[in-house]
Amino acid sequence: MTVKQISVFLENKPGQLAEFTKLLEKNEIDMRAMSLADAEDFGILRIIVDDSYKTVCVLKDAGYVCSITPVLAVEIPDKPGSLVKVLDILGENGINLEYTYAFITRKKDVAYMILRVTDNEKAGDVLSKNGIRIYCQHEISELFD
Amino acid sequence: MENYYQPEMECASREQIRAWQDERLVNTVHRVYKNVPYYRNLMEKKGVTPDDIKSVDDLHKLPFLTKDDLRDAYPYGLLATPLHDCVRIQSTSGTTGRRVVAFYTQHDIDLWDECCARAIVAAGGIKDDVVHVCYGYGLFTGGPGLNGGSHKVGSLTLPMSSGNTERQIQFMCDLGSTILCCTPSYAAYLAESIIERGLRDKIKLKAGIFGAEAWSEEMRHDIEEKLGIKAYDIYGLTEISGPGVSFECSEQTGMHINEDHFIAEIIDPVTGEVLPEGEKGELVFTSITKEAFPLIRYRTRDICVLSRKKCSCGRTFVKMSKPMGRSDDMLIVKGVNVFPSQIETVLLNKGYPANYQIIVSRENNSDRLEVQVEMTPEMFSDALSQVSAREKELVEALKAMLGIYAVVKLVAPKSITRSEGKAVRIIDKRKLY
Repeated sequence: MTVKQISVFLENKPGQLAEFTKLLEKNEIDMRAMSLADAEDFGILRIIVDDSYKTVCVLKDAGYVCSITPVLAVEIPDKPGSLVKVLDILGENGINLEYTYAFITRKKDVAYMILRVTDNEKAGDVLSKNGIRIYCQHEISELFD
Repeated sequence: MENYYQPEMECASREQIRAWQDERLVNTVHRVYKNVPYYRNLMEKKGVTPDDIKSVDDLHKLPFLTKDDLRDAYPYGLLATPLHDCVRIQSTSGTTGRRVVAFYTQHDIDLWDECCARAIVAAGGIKDDVVHVCYGYGLFTGGPGLNGGSHKVGSLTLPMSSGNTERQIQFMCDLGSTILCCTPSYAAYLAESIIERGLRDKIKLKAGIFGAEAWSEEMRHDIEEKLGIKAYDIYGLTEISGPGVSFECSEQTGMHINEDHFIAEIIDPVTGEVLPEGEKGELVFTSITKEAFPLIRYRTRDICVLSRKKCSCGRTFVKMSKPMGRSDDMLIVKGVNVFPSQIETVLLNKGYPANYQIIVSRENNSDRLEVQVEMTPEMFSDALSQVSAREKELVEALKAMLGIYAVVKLVAPKSITRSEGKAVRIIDKRKLY
């Protein structure tokens, strides 16, 4: 029910992200979604890619500190108010949202949200019950075709 | 005109000083041999008995004492009087986190206070002065030492302790402080703050006694100009007593060592050989009047030069230069002793790798300590809050160990410069020596 997000430690100095993306380019890794959280001296880059196993291998070989985190990927209608519905369900069920980010594909009228919550299983259950489509790793990869 | 607190000692003839030193050294050596098993062992190992020590000429026969000895003997191992007779403990940081403690009888405190009084009087201090002490009070010797010295002189003493710059300046203006005692970096900071507030005309300072950290002549001129004072250096270390082991006079060309209490030697830090006068080397002290905690041939690790050139102030005590560096890796940051090994201990205790770098800089005349730590997979998390929490935990652990705030900077793995495979642990950008 979850998808694999890769989180990467980056120092907060010029050229770090450029260097990182060059590495992805060289290894023909396609990013689908990306979010960057910044602290004073460092940042945490979170990405969803086509091949997470290969990506982690490439990153580790290049000396990056990274980790894989299971996160939820949900599909919502690309119109005002649809995110509210998702967040309300989580809130009503006492599920805390750590962070979230969004991406779209060529598919019309829908958007995708990546949700990092305290309890993936519970969040997945209550969202499904309320008719919200949740993507698994396999399905996410297909979005890249 | 030069003033002295105890002219009969400070301006005694060289012969007289030598006679005091000979007698007091012999007494001290006999006493520690009898009362302190630690010393007896050290001396036996070197094959020396108290009878071999007849005068200062025999001093070189005695074994050295290092900070490691003080750590090994912690807490009571070097105590030369019954604990019952001690009235005070002061402390300084040790090399591996274990602190060094020094003990004082009332007589020791009196002599220490007198040494500080000599420094205050040499800086022009008299009974009518208001002595503003913003060295830290507590285990640190800075505050208590100058406080005691000011009492001996009979000056009005303001025990401000460190911090709260607003209040420092307000009291300085309202209560007419005339002599400022603090670290030179804090003096520079106070000077700037006073000028910023347009209060330069409201202060009555005439002199400052600044020590506990290295400072340059440029910094002296800067402070003197900004505050309209004469700035005097003072030197000391907790192990030997505290501030006032040596102090500057009106000539401002070095610090007179209180030779009636302390014998100074300069040695080659590698071979341990005593060097002739005028050569640069490691400063070694023997305290010859301490009751509770006399130290024999204690290696300070400070590199400096001694001079017996006649001083225009009239004092006959030998002069030491400002310390020109260290023979170990100790750093003095914000007046506090910091050893890289302490930082390493904290990192290892908290589960971090020992890949670190210490960067000391001076911003706006204030020291800044930064510890760079390489990020590891174990420390990493996708949640910023968790990484930040770990960073904060490390900052707090460092504060608890060092007593001062250090900025923690997490850096990329393998990003810390290694020369010949060995990491460069310390980068001191302050250019103090």
